[in-house]
Amino acid sequence: MEERKPLSEQEKVIEINGLYKSFGNYHVLRGVDLELYKRENLVVLGKSGTGKSVLIKIVVGLLTPDRGEVKVLNQHVDQITYKELLALRLKVGFSFQNSALYDSMTVRENLIFPLVRNQRKLTKSEITSAVEEMLDAVGLLHTINQMPSELSGGQRKRIGIARTLILRPEIMLYDEPTAGLDPITCLEINNLINEVQERFHTSSIIITHDLTCAKAVGNRVAMLLDGKFERQGTFEDVFNTSDDRVKPFYDYNFIQ
Amino acid sequence: MEIKDEVKSPGKISRTFITLYDVFQFMGRFFKEGFLPPYEGKELMKQCYDIGYRSLALISLTGFITGIVFTKQSRPSLAEFGATSWLPSLVGIALLRTLAPLLTSLIAAGKVGSSIGAELGSMRVTEQIDAMEVSATNPFKFLVTTRVLASTITIPILTFYTAMVGMLGALLNVSLSEGTSAKAFFQSSLESITFLDITASTIKAVIFGFTIGMVGCYQGYNSSKGTEGVGKAANSAVVIGMFLIFIEEVVSVQFFGLFRT
Repeated sequence: MEERKPLSEQEKVIEINGLYKSFGNYHVLRGVDLELYKRENLVVLGKSGTGKSVLIKIVVGLLTPDRGEVKVLNQHVDQITYKELLALRLKVGFSFQNSALYDSMTVRENLIFPLVRNQRKLTKSEITSAVEEMLDAVGLLHTINQMPSELSGGQRKRIGIARTLILRPEIMLYDEPTAGLDPITCLEINNLINEVQERFHTSSIIITHDLTCAKAVGNRVAMLLDGKFERQGTFEDVFNTSDDRVKPFYDYNFIQ
Repeated sequence: MEIKDEVKSPGKISRTFITLYDVFQFMGRFFKEGFLPPYEGKELMKQCYDIGYRSLALISLTGFITGIVFTKQSRPSLAEFGATSWLPSLVGIALLRTLAPLLTSLIAAGKVGSSIGAELGSMRVTEQIDAMEVSATNPFKFLVTTRVLASTITIPILTFYTAMVGMLGALLNVSLSEGTSAKAFFQSSLESITFLDITASTIKAVIFGFTIGMVGCYQGYNSSKGTEGVGKAANSAVVIGMFLIFIEEVVSVQFFGLFRT
C-alpha cells in the first residue's frame, strides 16, 4: 500500500492550543496542541479511551474544554454564541462511529433532514437532485428508500458520510470510520475518504486505531499518548521509533 | 494513562437542587424556543396524531368501563335516599371534573410518557441527537418542543373524549337498569355541568399534558449510560409523570374549590 505524502503547510483551518479535558477524576486530554491545514487528511491515532473522540467532539462544540483554545475557521468554538456555533457547524461535517442515522427515517429522509433545515429556499426538485447526487457519490443510490435497519455496517457508514457531505462542509471529522468493518469494506471506506478529499476539497481529521486506514488516507499522522500529541508527522516519522508506547501499536497492526 | 484526582461529588441535597435547576432551565428553553421560528409544524402534527392515536384504544376502553362501573357502584348509595334520578348529573360532574382528566393523563403518562422517554433516550445513546446538533439543526426544537406541545394540545382533547365515552358507558348502565332515554340522560347530566367545570377541566388537562410531555422529554433527552439509561428514562418518565399529576390534581382541586364556594 502506498503511503500518502504530507501537503505543503498552508492555511490553518483548525488550531488547538493547550487543550485540557477531564471527566470527573479522569484527565483525558492534558495540553493538546494540534493544527489542521487546508485540504489535508490528518489521522489521529491512539489507544481506546485516550480521548481521540473527545477531541473532535470539542472541535465541533459537542463538549466544552476545561482549558485551552480551539479555533475552527478562525472562530473560537467555546467563545461564540449558539447561533454562531450552528453557522460554524454548517462548515464542519461529523461522521459518527456508529453512523448515528435517524432510525425512524428512510435514507432519503436522513439526507433531506439537515438539508431542508439549513437551506429553506430549495425547491423540491433541487432537494431531490442534491440527495440523489450525494447518494450516487457514495455509491448507494439504490438504497434511497430503505430504512437504516436494512443496511449493512459499511452502507450505514457511507450514508452517514453522505448525510454530512450534503451540507458541503469545508472540514470533515471522521470518528473511527473503519471500526467494526471487514477488510474489504475498510478499503472501500478508505477510498471514499480520499475521494471526498479530492472531490469536495475538504480538510479532514480521521480518528482511528486502524494503521492500514491511517496509512491509506493520512497526509499526516498524530499520535495521542498520555493526553498529548507527542509524535506527529508522516506515517514513517511517527512509527520509526523504539518508544515502547508506540511500537506495540505498529507490531499489533502489521506483524500480528 | 489517566491521572486520578480526588474530586468530591455533590451530596444528595445539592444534587436535588442541581436537578431542579436543570429542569427549570429545560422548561425555560422550551418557552424560549417553542414560540420562535422556524416552526416544526409537520413534526408537531405527526406527534399530535401519534399521541392521540397511540392512546385512543386504551382510553376508549377505560373511559367506557369507568362510566359503567362508577354508575353501578354509585346507584346503591343514591337509592337509599331515593335519588337514583341524580345518577346522570353525578356521573357527568364526576367524569368531567376529575375522572376524565385524571384517567386520561395517567394512561397517557404510561403510554405516551414512557414512549417519549424511551424514544429520546435511545436517540441520545445512539448519538442521533448529537448528529442533529452537528448538522446545524436544533434538536431541542425538533424533538422536545414538538412533543411537549403535542401532548399539551392532545391531552385536553382526549380528556373530553374520555368524558364522552364514559357518559356513554353510564348511559348504557342507566338505560338497562332504569330504562332512562338517552335524551333524558344527557339533558339531566349536562344541566348540572357548569362553565367553571369545563374551564377547570380544560386547564387541568393542559397542565397534565404539559407535565407528561415535559417529564418524558427531560428524562429521554438527558438520559445516559447506554441501554440501561434508556430503560431508566422510560421508567422515570412514567413514575415522575404520575407522581406530579397526582400532586397537580390535589392542588387544582383546592384551587378551583375556591371559586365554587
